[in-house]
Amino acid sequence: MTGFEDSVVSLKDVTLQYGRSRSEKVRALDALSLEVPSGRMVGLIGPDGVGKSSLMALVSGARRIQQGSVRVLGGDMANAEHRRLSCPRIAYMPQGLGKNLYPTLSIRENLEFFGRLFGQSKAERNLRIEDLTRSTGLEDFTERPAGKLSGGMKQKLGLCCALIHDPDLLILDEPTTGVDPLARNQFWELIARIRDERPHMSVMVATAYMDEAEGFDWLVAMDEGQILATGTPAEMLERTGRDNLEQAFIALLPEAKRALHQEVIIPPREASDEIAIEAHGLTKCFGDFTAVDHVNFRIERGEIFGFLGSNGCGKSTTMKMLTGLLPFSEGEAFLFGQPVDPNDLDTRQRVGYMSQAFSLYSELTVRQNLELHARLYQINGKEREARIQEVIERFSLGPVVDSLPAGLPLGVRQRLSLAVAVVHRPEILILDEPTSGVDPVARDSFWVELIRMSREEQVTIFISTHFMNEALRCDRMSLMHAGKVLDSDTPQALQQKRGAATLEAAFIAYLEDASDESAPESSFDSEQEAAPPQALQKGSAPPPSRFSFQRLFSYTHREAMELRRDPVRGMLALFGSVLLVFIIGYGISLDVEDLSYAVLDYDQTTSSQAYSLNLAGSRYFVETPPLTSIDELDERMRAGKISLGVIIPPGFGRDLKRGATPEIAFWVDGSMPTRADTIKGYAQGIHIDYLKTLARESLGVDADGGADVALRYRYNPDVQSLPAMVPAVIPILLMMIPAMLTALGVVREKEMGSIINFYVTPVTRTEFLLGKQLPYVVLGMLNFLIMVALAVFFFDVPVKGSFLTLTLAALLYVFCATGLGLLMSSVLSSQIAAVFGTVIVTLIPAVQFSGMIHPVSAMEGIGVVIGHIYPTAHFLIISRGVFAKALGMADLYAYFVPLLLAIPVLLLVSIAGLKQQEK
Amino acid sequence: MRFLTNILQLGIKELRSLSRDPALVLLIIYAFSLSIYSSATAVPEAPFRATIGVVNEDPSPLSYRILDGFQLPYFQPPQAITHAQMDSGMDAGRYTFTLNIPPDFQQDLLAGRQPTIQLNVDATQISQAFTGAGHIQQIISSEVTTFLQRYRSQGALPVEAVVRMNYNPNLDRSWFGAVNSVIDQITMLSIILTGAALIREREHGTIEHLLVMPVTPVEIMLAKVWSMGLVVLLASAFALRFVVGTWLAIPLGGSLGLFMLGAALHLFATTSMGIFFGTVARSMPQLGLLIILTLIPLQILSGGMTPRESMPEIIQRIMLAAPTTHFIELAQSILFRGAGVGIVWPQMLALAVIGGVFFLFALSRLRKSLS
Repeated sequence: MTGFEDSVVSLKDVTLQYGRSRSEKVRALDALSLEVPSGRMVGLIGPDGVGKSSLMALVSGARRIQQGSVRVLGGDMANAEHRRLSCPRIAYMPQGLGKNLYPTLSIRENLEFFGRLFGQSKAERNLRIEDLTRSTGLEDFTERPAGKLSGGMKQKLGLCCALIHDPDLLILDEPTTGVDPLARNQFWELIARIRDERPHMSVMVATAYMDEAEGFDWLVAMDEGQILATGTPAEMLERTGRDNLEQAFIALLPEAKRALHQEVIIPPREASDEIAIEAHGLTKCFGDFTAVDHVNFRIERGEIFGFLGSNGCGKSTTMKMLTGLLPFSEGEAFLFGQPVDPNDLDTRQRVGYMSQAFSLYSELTVRQNLELHARLYQINGKEREARIQEVIERFSLGPVVDSLPAGLPLGVRQRLSLAVAVVHRPEILILDEPTSGVDPVARDSFWVELIRMSREEQVTIFISTHFMNEALRCDRMSLMHAGKVLDSDTPQALQQKRGAATLEAAFIAYLEDASDESAPESSFDSEQEAAPPQALQKGSAPPPSRFSFQRLFSYTHREAMELRRDPVRGMLALFGSVLLVFIIGYGISLDVEDLSYAVLDYDQTTSSQAYSLNLAGSRYFVETPPLTSIDELDERMRAGKISLGVIIPPGFGRDLKRGATPEIAFWVDGSMPTRADTIKGYAQGIHIDYLKTLARESLGVDADGGADVALRYRYNPDVQSLPAMVPAVIPILLMMIPAMLTALGVVREKEMGSIINFYVTPVTRTEFLLGKQLPYVVLGMLNFLIMVALAVFFFDVPVKGSFLTLTLAALLYVFCATGLGLLMSSVLSSQIAAVFGTVIVTLIPAVQFSGMIHPVSAMEGIGVVIGHIYPTAHFLIISRGVFAKALGMADLYAYFVPLLLAIPVLLLVSIAGLKQQEK
Repeated sequence: MRFLTNILQLGIKELRSLSRDPALVLLIIYAFSLSIYSSATAVPEAPFRATIGVVNEDPSPLSYRILDGFQLPYFQPPQAITHAQMDSGMDAGRYTFTLNIPPDFQQDLLAGRQPTIQLNVDATQISQAFTGAGHIQQIISSEVTTFLQRYRSQGALPVEAVVRMNYNPNLDRSWFGAVNSVIDQITMLSIILTGAALIREREHGTIEHLLVMPVTPVEIMLAKVWSMGLVVLLASAFALRFVVGTWLAIPLGGSLGLFMLGAALHLFATTSMGIFFGTVARSMPQLGLLIILTLIPLQILSGGMTPRESMPEIIQRIMLAAPTTHFIELAQSILFRGAGVGIVWPQMLALAVIGGVFFLFALSRLRKSLS
């Protein structure tokens, strides 16, 4: 390997393996060594799944180094300190459509977030955003949410986000996948311009487009986790003796792989008079935006029909309407002569669809995905086995058949999606950019298969693409722009109509015409006349500080913005809690009342009836019809109809007179111990009353001559439910709702992929977590104030003590609650687990162990431990103290201590549980 | 046929997804083992262990007899305090009850002057305040009565009251706590699993993929209902048999099979509810909140925490719409009182109806939210 005087990246014996168990271990990089010269545009080329993305993830610091050494910008990437210092100098754009973007935030907000993260001032940020969006043609869409952008626009935005901080090393993992040709040109022009301004910037790009690679300074060809060759494009051509890079690339491959490559030969098609797909005036509006505008086409059976157009022109929308996924606003469409009907299962059986974004189950292995789909399409028995084997071979999925799609490279995932789309031998295939991100060899075999299906099986194929050489292979094609079809014909005819030498030139000519008509100053003006604003000080960013409030607040800002985009969530949190205070405050009653009982009177004398009457007079009991036998008592109690059965024995009256001490039996339903206990108490009380009456009547003794007990209910003299419950319900709701609000904060980013921003930007774990916590603390406090206001003004439960003390405690408590949610979010890796985990760590401890019903002093076992450390227990005491007992800080400060301790502990555990790099 | 195989296949897919999330599996195991164990054992075994402070200004045999009446496990040993400590002690939550026995109490009593003992109750300690006050009054009253009667040299009481507890003779709290906790976990897990599984499909775009295949929303729904229901059912059977039956050694009456049937019906209702939430919520964060807001009242107001009959009429009515209310009743009837189908069929019917309504609701919402 050639050594460079100033290599920007230097890898030595780097090995990287994926997979948990030994059987599924995949070696992505195999003892790889590489020196990358600085200040150049370096391209990584190679088939899908040879380790290009892994290499880039290691260089960017997103992934943890397993073996070997990775030196980037003169330092060791295994060293956390070097990573911290160098990450502002590195920009990384991961693979996948908009993986690191936040879908609910607009283009501008996404860019602002990254700008803040790198410590830019507002003025600087605005200049840069203006500059970047103008050069990428995004300037007209800055207020559109990223999730609503087309695939290509997402890629452009991803690049803008990577470029916002003037990196010294720019790492782009297949940045132009799914981007239309015009935008691709703009994209490279933009990069060229930035390189002009900052000549020392190094760029590493992985690409599947060989025409792009031809323009790079230096190329690295990879295969099977190793380097095949390095050198300038010219050197590569020279070495292989080919005249274009696409062929040179194939020639570089090892013998076995080269053998897989097939030339794409298109046999002529026999015309068919059968129409497979037909659309008249098909229109789709989203609000006042017309995505598809009166589109017409007729596709014959067995035809390969191409859709070519810029990003966001309505190709995907048209396809979705044909599959029945989107209802259309106007017009009509027919499949096999039948109107498109979303509920028609038979038609679905005959159609195969592949969407632009990967939409298979990432929790199922490749084989399981194929099997599930085959089964759902009713392919049974041996036929299924055979068919699955067939597509596995046809799409070269053999080596990855037991892997999970999540870990696979984009190109392989695309192959899987296509395999799934054809597994049931559909008669119509609707393919939305199926070859985006697929390497040239695999793309050709894709096409060989498509052509075979079209010619041999008369499968109609409706395909959208950004590759011109693919468009040329179509029988006919439509050019689409801004929701309209510009022209439809054979590719050759389109070329002739424009008199263009290549299809690309024809395409651009068509687009320019269309743009001239619609908008003269369209974003497609590829000339970038506007000089970059001089005010921008371009240069390396200063090394980041260890802790920065700006970075912290950039996450706060982002989180708050997301919350604002989703007002339902905020409303649920605020009004849901109000509703619950109400329901629970009224619902939990303090007295056990209205207990049903029945008497089994074997005696039936006046004495026994007197006893029964004595019972019936109690306000706690409701009498039900008398019992006739022990069996009936059993039966009624078993059915839950009575909770107390009283048995007066035979001869009760006689024994009583004789002084033979008759025994009255009280049978209590013990299935609910608290209630049983209360019943027991009531029954005994009533019995004592009876004894007193008896004594007075028969013995003339005034048993009342005993003692009085003056009972005073402190803090709630009228024994009302609300004053007792409200101070207890507020702490419970204030634990659960804020915890659930933060519970998804981190894990959602993990699941959606945007966590990568945290891995590769200078933000620290503390800043990341605290930043995410703050907006929810604010929301939690708002929630607290609303609940207190409700208590005071609506329920008439006054705050007797110091409101300031209560508010201060609530603030600490909300920090604990949100911290607990973040903890679950940091430690767990799926949203479902985080929701469940948060419910487990909040609901049970808060409701059962914190003293709402049973005081902590009465707890036993694990409950005692939880009751003593869990924040709710302490805040509950403070809340009751302030609300009911008129206490203030002087009385309650001791309960603040555990809350104060819990906050840093929760934060530290969250930090420990949050990985700073992908494993 | 196609209908059934689709449901089967989609369900198996759900189970596979679940097994790919080891953290979630671990949490489920925790919820159905340790969590149940700790809930069962933490609920005060003894009814009260209530704290009581006494200002005893009459050191007489009677006052000591009264104080001796406060025995564990109902009461912690009474603490002798001063007048000044009464208020501060209650303010700080050190004593739930304070008792003031006035000077010359015994003397006044014997003289028939009806002396008054002052009993202060901390009304914020809701579970202890009211029943506890009753207990204390009784203890005082019975001690005073027996003291007076013995003093007047009378024999035994004219009538004895014998209180016996059916089904749980020692009123062992863990029995109730354990079963109740199993029920809580069943409800919690089934709602979360199905609701989140649906949102997850939407967020990952896989539901779109399903809808271009010959699969109907009913099949998608039923698949989630059976698969997630099965997971929870197995977990709860395990919990009842081994955690409650073996580890906690709680003798459960009634037929476990019948309980499982009831649980299956309950799961039909809760999983449908979960899917319903999944169609209402737009994203996982919304779903999480919705779940929390439902689980709290389900847990507190279904009769598992405080008896249903003492709730206000309107709350009782509202909670009739919650499956947990019926399931708790059913579970108590079967597991504690050994009830058979003849007794619990109304609850089963109610569960089936609630489940059916939620299912249809969810189905129509699912159809709408997908189109």
